[in-house]
Amino acid sequence: MPERIRIIVDGRELHVDRGVTVAAAMMNAGIRAFRQSVSGEARGPLCGMGVCMECRVTINREPHCRSCQTLCEDGMEVQTR
Amino acid sequence: MSAFDIAVVGAGPAGIAAACRAAENGARVVVIDDNPAPGGQIWRGEKSEPWIERFKRSGAVLERDTAVDERVRQRGAKLILATGARELFLPFPGWTLPGVTGVGGLQALIKSGLAVKGMRVVIAGSGPLLLAAASLARSKGAVVRLVAEQAPGGRVTGFAGALWRHPGKALQGAELILTLIGVRYDAGCFVEEACGEGQVEHVRVRRGERAWEEKCDLLAVGFGLVPNTELAALLGCDLDSGFVRTGDWQQTSVPGVYAAGELTGIGGVEKSLVEGEIAGLAAAGREADAERLFSRRASWKRFAARLQSAFALEPVLKKLAREDTCVCRCEDVPLSELKGRASWREAKLQTRCGMGSCQGRICGAATREILGWGADSVRPPAFPTKVRNLIESKSS
Repeated sequence: MPERIRIIVDGRELHVDRGVTVAAAMMNAGIRAFRQSVSGEARGPLCGMGVCMECRVTINREPHCRSCQTLCEDGMEVQTR
Repeated sequence: MSAFDIAVVGAGPAGIAAACRAAENGARVVVIDDNPAPGGQIWRGEKSEPWIERFKRSGAVLERDTAVDERVRQRGAKLILATGARELFLPFPGWTLPGVTGVGGLQALIKSGLAVKGMRVVIAGSGPLLLAAASLARSKGAVVRLVAEQAPGGRVTGFAGALWRHPGKALQGAELILTLIGVRYDAGCFVEEACGEGQVEHVRVRRGERAWEEKCDLLAVGFGLVPNTELAALLGCDLDSGFVRTGDWQQTSVPGVYAAGELTGIGGVEKSLVEGEIAGLAAAGREADAERLFSRRASWKRFAARLQSAFALEPVLKKLAREDTCVCRCEDVPLSELKGRASWREAKLQTRCGMGSCQGRICGAATREILGWGADSVRPPAFPTKVRNLIESKSS
């Protein structure tokens, strides 16, 4: 069994397996809107491989991180806006 | 003076094969890749893949980094580009809704931990990748409602019928089809609209005059692959019809720079592996060994050509976007603002199309397909990076 770790997304605590990306963890928690587009539409992961930038979120206060290319780490804080 | 004899950009099949063959012949090799694990998008770190095992034993060094500009040329005396491909997306109404992903995108998300058990999935677009994605999603418990292949049925069966020329592929195909018994596979149809409040809830599928709705929680769409040639272009490598031009040894027009895999022509994992092997051997000075692989490479190039013609896109797919359909997702530019522009450059200047954070990777390929023009130049950095990184490496 993979080790369980904890991340915090917009103040909500998620328990996830180590080795899972932030994008997968967020989708598994039912989160679909990862960011707002320039005209205010909700957007979520499209390419899944670090190209389209639609899944970008703030991770540990660093903005514009690609959640699909970032593995969850214990205690990680994620913000969608 | 480089610390490495050979630097490889990309740890997918082509990059791994190149690194293995070069390192096994005594070259000091570094592989640069920006994914969490080696294997590229197709293997994504799969522990059971023999090539990944071989790579780990080869002595090549893997470095997790994003190669953003021409300074990567200094990393090794020789450079092998194996930057792979991304998916081609054609805009259609609703394609920006959350829950709409690429076909390769869905595979990548599942392989990186997305749980799809019990989810209703529609997979649409073109090519064998649709079947691979359907098989993976189903094996993880998803309910695959429909696989919608845009190519007419006759072209698909013609392609399948010619697979005997590549027995390995025929077997792979047969195994894949066994995992999909009971899944609806319709050729000659396509998704014309995705609908839902805040996320995709259903799609409209069309075949000729008939259109119907399919409920779904996820829609995966993919219309083929686009080579990642940005870095090659920055380094000055000649392109030919959008792909990096290579010679017998996989060498590019720039001395000391090689290219292998999807960026020289879309052809799948076997073509990528054999091109990678040839590039790695040639760069390590083992031309005679490389030459023995030429006939295998030629065979996979013929397979690639069959693939391209069987799954060529129907013109109707390039007309799905409506006036208000978003084309540039980074800057929210609708089709109406792009129609009538003479060029990519004019569109950029007037509408900001292609100037967002994906740097035109998605809309550049899309506009080339639907408007006849598209991204035509690359400027460093080839990928968004921190100013800190640019300052640090410029001063070093």
